[in-house]
Amino acid sequence: MKNRREFLKTAATGAVLLGSSAAADKLGFAAMLDQHAEPAKSKVVVARDAALHDASGKLDEKRVLDLLDRAIAAYTGRDKPAEAWKRIVPANLVPADKVIGLKVNGLGGKGICTHRALTLAIAERLQQIGVKPGNILVWDQNAHFLEACGFAVNTDRSHIRSYPSDQAGFEEQPMTWGTANVKLTKILSRECDLVINLPILKDHELAGVTFSMKNMYGVVQRPFELHANGCNPAVADLNCIPTIREKVRFTIGDAISSVYDGGPSFHPERLWYPNALIVGEDRVAVDRTAWQMIERKRAEAGMPTLEAAGRPPRYIATAADAAHNLGANDPQRIHLMEV
Amino acid sequence: MKICKMHGQNKRGCGRKINPEFCFRQKGERSVMFRLNWKWAVTALMIVAAAAGAGCKKRASDPFPASGAVAGWDKTSDTRVFAAKDLWQYIDGDAEQYISAGVVSTSTSDYKYQGQLEAVVDVYTMNDAAGARKILETGQSKDAKSIQLGDECVQYAQSISFRKGRSLARIVAYESTPDAPQALLALARGVEAKL
Repeated sequence: MKNRREFLKTAATGAVLLGSSAAADKLGFAAMLDQHAEPAKSKVVVARDAALHDASGKLDEKRVLDLLDRAIAAYTGRDKPAEAWKRIVPANLVPADKVIGLKVNGLGGKGICTHRALTLAIAERLQQIGVKPGNILVWDQNAHFLEACGFAVNTDRSHIRSYPSDQAGFEEQPMTWGTANVKLTKILSRECDLVINLPILKDHELAGVTFSMKNMYGVVQRPFELHANGCNPAVADLNCIPTIREKVRFTIGDAISSVYDGGPSFHPERLWYPNALIVGEDRVAVDRTAWQMIERKRAEAGMPTLEAAGRPPRYIATAADAAHNLGANDPQRIHLMEV
Repeated sequence: MKICKMHGQNKRGCGRKINPEFCFRQKGERSVMFRLNWKWAVTALMIVAAAAGAGCKKRASDPFPASGAVAGWDKTSDTRVFAAKDLWQYIDGDAEQYISAGVVSTSTSDYKYQGQLEAVVDVYTMNDAAGARKILETGQSKDAKSIQLGDECVQYAQSISFRKGRSLARIVAYESTPDAPQALLALARGVEAKL
């Protein structure tokens, strides 16, 4: 195990300043390329804290902020949270009063949803770099899902705002990419300038795994229309829609708790505590990392692989193909940091 | 609408009010009905008969015990009901397996035990008992404990599921506590008694 100084030194080699590449300029986002590694490698950080849950399964919420800080420090190579977060949020957004969306996932109900402690920890760090509370918008599909994640509907700009897609309404004009023909929530299309994706790690009855890319089903009006063929290629197609591809730029994936079978609903008999966050800009690399985590747990529990269970998450490879080009699925092209 | 003047009660004899204009008269007196188009009259008669029949049957019961009906349990939310076509709004991604098993509607409500342990009760009404059996048997793991309740019941540390006729109930607690299994079983018995 590296000490903190060594760890940050290593992490720093992976950090590149905002706007240091043409791609980053184009995206307006702090691309995190590894200067010492091959330029094409995508960085994914898995940060863990084994003490996050006690023996009875109770979450120690006070530790979540520390875990988040460790994950973001590893990703950005900056020890101080305020400096680190300035690498995540483009500098021009804060003074311009732009809105940053936090897309949570409460579909599984209170038992398996994005943890409120994580969402609030992110909101706290955003405010520390100058984002006004009212410019932070927590949202999901409907009020029940939001409530499961611990957020009541609030449109008061003096606080963190939270309201669901079905209250904000959907665009009249559908957007199409491949098989995805969808009406986007106005929260994404009109309200938010940048979205940080906060999925919860789960097995999925149809798609195999639901995490970063699959969480985008929560930004469209009729997600059930994207379920054919194990959600492949629909998940990849959906993420190629320009509004999603350009605005949803970073994933802070919640693997604090997870279900490794029977998802996406909550099955407590299949609940486990990875006590981890999976962080990255490359949504494909993040999903591949999350998928492997689920497979390892299934093997440990004596369960068949998702392939053997008839539901491998094929959409991940599809998302990485030349047509979609959403990120890296090849482990040789993923720089995985476990801290 | 009033009681038929001639018969004083409807055909089922339950005293439910019926429209006397649609009452068959038996002693040669021509009724109003025969002056109407016969197709319209037959249709109307069927509707009235169905309504009268429904009125005489025991009404479909609400399977959700009220607060305090099961010791320690409070009902903490309104009941939400989803038709099969809308089930995705509640369990998107899982809805398909219920639809393929013939779900007709799903009702759900939140509960709390002794002000602390939160749980959710889902009641699925299927087309038939086979559909309820199919869902219950899907995904059972080795640690499932068989319980005498309804037609079939399995329990885990934090959840209990049972089927009764074409109904399937699933009760899930959000935490694992020492008293959760007994509390969940008591609530399940309360739901089963109302199905």
